[in-house]
Amino acid sequence: MQKRTLLDGQKFQITIKRLCHQLIENHIDFSNTVLIGIQPRGSYFADRVQQELSSILKKANIKKGNLDITFFRDDFRRKDGIVSANSNTIDFIIEGKNVILIDDVLWTGRTIRAAMDALLAYGRPAKVELMVLIDRRFSRQLPIEPDYIGQQVDSLNSQQVRVSWKETEGEDKVILISESNK
Amino acid sequence: MAVEKLSTRHLLGIKDINRNDIELIFETADNFKDVINRPIKKVPSLRDITIANIFFENSTRTKLSFELAEKRLSADVVNFAASSSSVSKGETLIDTVNNILAMKVDMVVMRHPYAGAGQFLSKHIKAQIVNAGDGAHEHPTQALLDAFSIRQKLGDVAGKKVVIVGDILHSRVAISNILCLQKLGAEVMVCGPTTLIPKYIEGLGVKIEHDLIKALNWCDVANMLRIQLERQDIKYFPSLREYAMMYGLNKQILDNLNKEIIVMHPGPINRGVEITSDVADSKQSIILEQVENGVAIRMAVLYLLASQRD
Repeated sequence: MQKRTLLDGQKFQITIKRLCHQLIENHIDFSNTVLIGIQPRGSYFADRVQQELSSILKKANIKKGNLDITFFRDDFRRKDGIVSANSNTIDFIIEGKNVILIDDVLWTGRTIRAAMDALLAYGRPAKVELMVLIDRRFSRQLPIEPDYIGQQVDSLNSQQVRVSWKETEGEDKVILISESNK
Repeated sequence: MAVEKLSTRHLLGIKDINRNDIELIFETADNFKDVINRPIKKVPSLRDITIANIFFENSTRTKLSFELAEKRLSADVVNFAASSSSVSKGETLIDTVNNILAMKVDMVVMRHPYAGAGQFLSKHIKAQIVNAGDGAHEHPTQALLDAFSIRQKLGDVAGKKVVIVGDILHSRVAISNILCLQKLGAEVMVCGPTTLIPKYIEGLGVKIEHDLIKALNWCDVANMLRIQLERQDIKYFPSLREYAMMYGLNKQILDNLNKEIIVMHPGPINRGVEITSDVADSKQSIILEQVENGVAIRMAVLYLLASQRD
């Protein structure tokens, strides 16, 4: 198994800061904008973005929720076993809001398709944008593209991109894993 | 993300599932409870699945609850009631069900007056079967929703004391409840007149008490069952009035207990017999919560079973 680091240390922090400034450029004071992290791993990213935005804008009330997409997946009964669900925590109204969907890695686009379906169960947002930390480009199976990208990578389908966070894994880092015997 | 699945393809009874299964069903039901309290109460999970609800016996709550659960999961639903069907023309159970399955049905939810009907069917047909009550044998989803309601109200089922009062002899709810509560680590007592307590029930590891007040003073939760007159071919007690006086729960008894207990009832209630109106409508009663949880539990069961491919 080979591991290659894609993002860590200071570059990781700069990337998050840059994404936040891009968000501010489009959404100014976040009065009508909410962050939605896709469960489970997108919510860590969304937490970080919320913290960073609050410290840049000196504003404590940026709204953030977590969205679980388990029941909206398109591989139900096509994959062995089921993935157990996570909680939804969206304690605000989505109707008419600008929503930033946040996930750590964008690959086939199927998760985002499911997330858009799941999101609409909470109301009709004014606009939905997509922010990802890592975009595995040229591997999409659906016509979905992100609005804000931390880093783009070219990867093989057999490879895996893993994002770890200081809060949960002890370190902010993105690695690309390849099975060497393949 | 943990990948988990049930240890069984059918839900025929609590007897066939283990504690992990029950806990997986509860965790999934927590998520579905969140879904049914949203503005849009529907998820597309079962959109390519067809479910037949086959009821050979009357039901209001269970049938509605299953049907709502199926619709909230976007499944296609066909309903069948024995009274308005060819069963009255002499068709056998397997023939009836095979005809329904020939129309490409993936799952069958069945209620039947004979114990073991679900078991029998599961050996003869390919579809997955959910037992919605078979005679005086089991009613697994009722037991699951009862235990789920206790967990919701008291935080945990393990270590709690539950008394089941009434017609234990004819009750599938009692059997399933005893098995489910014990698998989750609760202590169970049954209470009722000697004629309505089955012989050898102590073999299930339950306590037996014939004095209602003693039983209520022992328990944290009282599950009051209905007297199933439709299943009683002989007289088991002199009169309903006498039963109500000996085993009916009223507000006065409830207020004089040494602690505040929770009152449950699987429905339908015979007000004034096993439970009086002021108890059924009191704040200690969680009867309507049970009904609400029923939809979430049934969604969880259907979802988890459907996720298992052949």
